[in-house]
Amino acid sequence: MAARYSFGGDEHIFVEVDEAMSLEAFFKSLSITNAVRESKIDGVTEICPANASFQVKFDPDRIAPDDLLAELKALESTASQAEAVLATRIVEIPVFYQDPWTHETLMRFRERHQEPKSTDIEYAAKVNGLGSADDFIKAHSGAPWFVSMVGFVAGLPFLYQMVERKRQLQVPKYLRPRTDTPKLTIGHGGCFGCIYSVRGAGGYQMFGITPMPIFDPKQEISYLRDFMVFFRPGDIVKWKPVDRDGYDAAVADVDAGRFAPRMANVTFDLNAFNAGPDAYNQKLEEALR
Amino acid sequence: MSIKVIHPGLATTIQDLGRPGYYHLGIPISGAMDRLALRSANLLVGNDEGAAGLESVFVGPELEFTQDAMVAVCGAELPPRVDGEPRETWTAFPVKAGQVLSFDFLKGGARAYIAISGGINTEPKLSSRSTYAIGALGGVNGRAVQPGDTLPLGNGAKAVREGLAVPQALRRGPGNPAELRVLPGLYWHRITEQAQKDFFDDTWKVANEADRMGYRFQGGKPLEFVEREQPFGAGADPSNITDACYPYGSVQVPSGTEPIILHRDAVSGGGYFMIGTVISADMDLIGQLQPHTPTNFVQVDMEEALAARQERAATLSAIRETLAGQRA
Repeated sequence: MAARYSFGGDEHIFVEVDEAMSLEAFFKSLSITNAVRESKIDGVTEICPANASFQVKFDPDRIAPDDLLAELKALESTASQAEAVLATRIVEIPVFYQDPWTHETLMRFRERHQEPKSTDIEYAAKVNGLGSADDFIKAHSGAPWFVSMVGFVAGLPFLYQMVERKRQLQVPKYLRPRTDTPKLTIGHGGCFGCIYSVRGAGGYQMFGITPMPIFDPKQEISYLRDFMVFFRPGDIVKWKPVDRDGYDAAVADVDAGRFAPRMANVTFDLNAFNAGPDAYNQKLEEALR
Repeated sequence: MSIKVIHPGLATTIQDLGRPGYYHLGIPISGAMDRLALRSANLLVGNDEGAAGLESVFVGPELEFTQDAMVAVCGAELPPRVDGEPRETWTAFPVKAGQVLSFDFLKGGARAYIAISGGINTEPKLSSRSTYAIGALGGVNGRAVQPGDTLPLGNGAKAVREGLAVPQALRRGPGNPAELRVLPGLYWHRITEQAQKDFFDDTWKVANEADRMGYRFQGGKPLEFVEREQPFGAGADPSNITDACYPYGSVQVPSGTEPIILHRDAVSGGGYFMIGTVISADMDLIGQLQPHTPTNFVQVDMEEALAARQERAATLSAIRETLAGQRA
């Protein structure tokens, strides 16, 4: 996996760790960006990790583009030798699958969908060879997901399922993007899941909704008072299916300032994970109990 | 210490020089699309260059002043009027308490920057007053200005002379056809040599979808892709990539048909390939492009990009020195 470097104009360096998505590529990208942050290179203004790539914004009046390029390449070789171990947190996110709000929205945009006669989740079940929506929900919520990127719009997490590639859920995006998506929709496009942090346009399939806000510009929600964005790259997410009553209760708790996300600090070791993903995930999830 | 919004125009937002530092979380820098124009307007009225002003698109607002202030309008040719009397753009003029600032029809450019002595003093969010509407940050309660809004003003502007003006030679705007310099890169290798040539040879036109997030262009030949088997995670369309970061100014071309240049309110990443990036020196010009403006993309290398950056910095220095000299 040799990284590819390219300048994004005179203020960015773009580094593609791999063309394809994999936990290895994500991990390498995250390690290098952590190393870049720690090295505090003068002239570096923003460091943005992505799924299998990353981007560094810089001020060419303070560091010559070629000098920064050389520094990044040096950091890449150091970071590649580092152990693939990450101190992070696992968070349980309640999901009300097949909720009425995303259902109303998907019905409004049926003509932009591959299969206008089925719902998004029925279509996703079919293209993944699963018998029913319930089977799909089991597969979707059965294993944890890595936050492999935060972005697109404010605080939106991209999520990558922590299972072997052959079990990874893949669903094409809508044929044409919708002009509306409810806030906090659980979406999926290609191999990535997401949580829509704000209401707006979107092209990912819609499976459900979470009662747990993840972006609060007013910083009034109890767990978003310190910072308005909840997720960070490297967070691990475990979906917890809830029904309408569970959803309503959680919303009431959020409104009353009582809702506290269930989460725990964990250490993720890529090699140990690769040796047996299911057993390793089970151990990770124990931290939530 | 405030001004009252009688009419906001088409889309008027509070902008300063933006909020860097949160792009890795999907919060873009925002701020004035034409920064040189905002800086100029602020200098003319004695503000810090980065003070918050108003960015008006195509149509100016109508503002009632409750105190005396100096005002300057830079960027687009959107002629100001005080109680109906015409005033010059790129020039400081006084507005007295009780008077109304309004605007004539747009004569050129797209975005006018209105600086008022003292600067707009709304509450900063993440160290900036810039409006980022998608994330409900900055501005007036996270949104554009509306009729009835009262915009608080700060104090601390230096005294300036009425009639202080940015000389014509230092006013920068796009030509017609517009030229935007692009450094090829990112996923440039995904299109054929012929497509690489066509992109720079063709004349494009600004589409109607042109806003603070991005500017779309139409009219050039569709770009042919180099064939490949799509990598895992990238999606089926040849223009898809495994979702990655988008540089400011990057040129993405969904399905190879209509290039989109991301601007100050950029989405921070996504799954479309990019063929290069507009150089920093030319980002301001994009904010002054009207829909249907013919546009040529001009290929440059890094050396040329850095020389252009120096040239733009020299223009800003010249504006600073000229105004400081006139003021003394």
